[in-house]
Amino acid sequence: MMQQITSAQVVILAINSFALGGLLFLLSAGFSLIFGLMRIPNLMHGAFFMLGAYFGVSFLEWGMNFWLAALLSGLAMAAIGGLIERVLLRRLEGQVLPQVLLTLGFAFIIADICLMIWTGDPWQPTPPPELRGAVQAMGMFFPLYRLMVLAVAVAVAIALWILVDWTRLGAMIRAGVDDPPIARVVGIKVSQLFTLVFCLGAALAAFAGVMGAPFLSVYPGLDFEMLPLALIVVILGGTGSLLGALVGSFILGFLYNFGQAMFPDLAYVILFLPMLLILVLRPQGLFGRVMT
Amino acid sequence: MIARARYAAIATALLLLVTLPWWVGNTYYVNIASQILLFAVFALALNILVGYGGLVSLGHAGLFAVAGYTAALMLQAGYGHFAANSAAIVVTLAASAIFAVLALRSIGIGFLMITLALGQIIWGVAYRWASLTGGDNGINVTTRPAPFGISLAAAPSFYFTSLIVFLLALATMVLLVRSPFGASLRGTRDQARRMNALGYNVWLIRFLAIVLSGFWTGVSGLLFIYYNQFISPQVSALTTSAEVLLMVISGGTATLLGPIVGAVIVVVMKNVVSAYIERWNLVLGVIFVVIITFMPEGLVPGTVRLCRWGWLVIRTRLNRTPARTARDQAQETHGSGAPS
Amino acid sequence: MSALAVNQLSKAFGGLRVTADVNLAIEPGERRLIIGPNGAGKTTLFNLITGEIAPDSGSIALFDRDITRVASHRRPHLGMARTYQIITLFDQDTILRNVTLALLGLSSKRWSLLADLDRQRELTERAHAALGRVGLAHLADRPLAQTSYGERRRVEIAMALAQNPRVLLLDEPFAGLSIDERRDVRALLNAIPREVTVVMIEHNMDVALDWAERITLLHFGEVIVEGTRAEVVADPRTREVYLGR
Repeated sequence: MMQQITSAQVVILAINSFALGGLLFLLSAGFSLIFGLMRIPNLMHGAFFMLGAYFGVSFLEWGMNFWLAALLSGLAMAAIGGLIERVLLRRLEGQVLPQVLLTLGFAFIIADICLMIWTGDPWQPTPPPELRGAVQAMGMFFPLYRLMVLAVAVAVAIALWILVDWTRLGAMIRAGVDDPPIARVVGIKVSQLFTLVFCLGAALAAFAGVMGAPFLSVYPGLDFEMLPLALIVVILGGTGSLLGALVGSFILGFLYNFGQAMFPDLAYVILFLPMLLILVLRPQGLFGRVMT
Repeated sequence: MIARARYAAIATALLLLVTLPWWVGNTYYVNIASQILLFAVFALALNILVGYGGLVSLGHAGLFAVAGYTAALMLQAGYGHFAANSAAIVVTLAASAIFAVLALRSIGIGFLMITLALGQIIWGVAYRWASLTGGDNGINVTTRPAPFGISLAAAPSFYFTSLIVFLLALATMVLLVRSPFGASLRGTRDQARRMNALGYNVWLIRFLAIVLSGFWTGVSGLLFIYYNQFISPQVSALTTSAEVLLMVISGGTATLLGPIVGAVIVVVMKNVVSAYIERWNLVLGVIFVVIITFMPEGLVPGTVRLCRWGWLVIRTRLNRTPARTARDQAQETHGSGAPS
Repeated sequence: MSALAVNQLSKAFGGLRVTADVNLAIEPGERRLIIGPNGAGKTTLFNLITGEIAPDSGSIALFDRDITRVASHRRPHLGMARTYQIITLFDQDTILRNVTLALLGLSSKRWSLLADLDRQRELTERAHAALGRVGLAHLADRPLAQTSYGERRRVEIAMALAQNPRVLLLDEPFAGLSIDERRDVRALLNAIPREVTVVMIEHNMDVALDWAERITLLHFGEVIVEGTRAEVVADPRTREVYLGR
């Protein structure tokens, strides 16, 4: 069952793993913040990723610049996410289960609308022209676009870290993650904070969708393939922890690519093994705090 | 008086169910009735956890598929129906126990997330491990069993088998609801900490509830593969878990009738909708959102509440009693309205 | 032999020591009051004794049997019952069902899937008797959601008493009660037979001072003073941390 891989393949797989890890970080950072702050596992998150990717596909079809398409898709998704949060999720504040089920309902709706508009055929947009091809170093070729995805993810990670750890807004988010009632008492407008974080998470997911489209391609079912990955990242890293999301994403990126290459039949199962291990040994996640 | 009306209603319902193939006539509708019954068993099983245990599982389709795949693979390998079904139940019980041990590391949202992830693992195995499961092509189940020499190949005989299984499942739920174990399970849902301090092993109660739920989920999974004579990874998808959860929630959790009503609604809708358009998931999602937003307690309790409220409003108008009384009574019935 | 012996018990949350080397030796039949200002670690001490929280170090013994590693849900079976400061009851059930659940917790019937709980005559009779002891027999069939705060306090106590504990831990049984209700609860506590050892937490010293035989004063997780009522009241350290604030 196990496939042999050569050392040249190892390097390529490692690059792919880093790129996928970067993508997963973009996806799960928002998921983790939303979960940490609002205590809702947003089951629409995979749908945000897929819908964002489809937006990107259409924007590119219209001849838009790649980066502009990614940004616009993020903005559009922020608007949609914000609308759902303010109009519907807000009505159910405090009722965690109905909120979760509402997000699940929307995940189905979004998936079916995507199928209606973009049909069942996969779309694979090309990366921007300056990033096609590969760089050569030490006698090996490195696909330029995937390196770029990694670089963007790292840049976003740094930006998020600065936002959360060094700004006033970040201080409020941290206070909210630690203890929502206290945050409310000290005068933080938790309601607006929720909307803001929800929009940010939605935008990041959509942005990740566009970034991932050139190498994952976009197809029906992508949403519910990505959602469990975000779940695992958060279970691995611990809720509300950006560092945890980063580490968890790269662990998954590597497992996915190497698992796929070495155990094609069981690749999907291998992805879940670290999650099971963490659940048994350290239920709060690698970087999570024990919730009392 | 009320008790007598209730017995009359139960007797009528039973009579209608038993004679259904004759008054429905058309095979297509008999088959839909079988589908409703098998999904009602599934929904009743899930309701043990969601309704009485307060544990929301989004991975139950995985257990459903474990039973189905185990039986289908055994049958494909040439084993008999009895061996295949027994093995399927044993494997499903084992899978439920593993689910329970892992998911009970957490409760509430954590439980939901872990069951979702576990369900996806099973989907992943069914879909990607093609050399075992046939991947997207699925596995055909060529024959239905013939217990005591009675062939279940025809729609009516299969319907009666489903009916018997359904009634057994329902009887289990009736027993559960009035039993001390059922009371313990509801206690862990409402006040886990207090139950622990009263001497109940909360973890073990939840564990057993998950295994009991897994058992009936497995049984419904077996009915399902014999009904369709086919199983594919689609069965284990999150959509299936969500559909069944919708049956439980739309009908009303922690009620006996709720999951059954929910199964009727969802199965009928699915068949009607797919006859006209392909957009079942869209409809499913919309029903989800509408029910959760407007009738979060479910259709059965929700309708009861609306009827009582409506009746009180009418009576109040007729009697011209102060409106305050009606409102108070409505609140009272709302507070203690849901049978549990 | 002590009914309840706590030896060098310690617990810290993060860097904060909420229980620091606590020693207690409570005699069978004793009425012990544990006092201390808010945040003194009284409830944490109870949670450690009942096993809801695991201690970092130290040991707990019930009638000379070491129960430090006994699972918390086993301890009621060994004769330990508790009430909660924040009322923790089953709102959707009747008062009778609440007390029945307490009785069922110690009965092997609790695992039964075949019995009908409403027809367990013995359990029901004992539940009625327990309600009679706290003066709530006439309200047995009332849904808990429709009872007053004072009645719920008594249901809390009835549930603990129904289990016939050897050691009863009461966490602020007077909290939030009116003067009349306090008097009722007080009479109820006086009626508890002497076989039962009772440990009560109270942050308001006046409420239960004359009820106690011995008093332990906790402050920042440590035992500051312990002794008879007169000794503790007279101790300057008591005045310092408690009375003289």
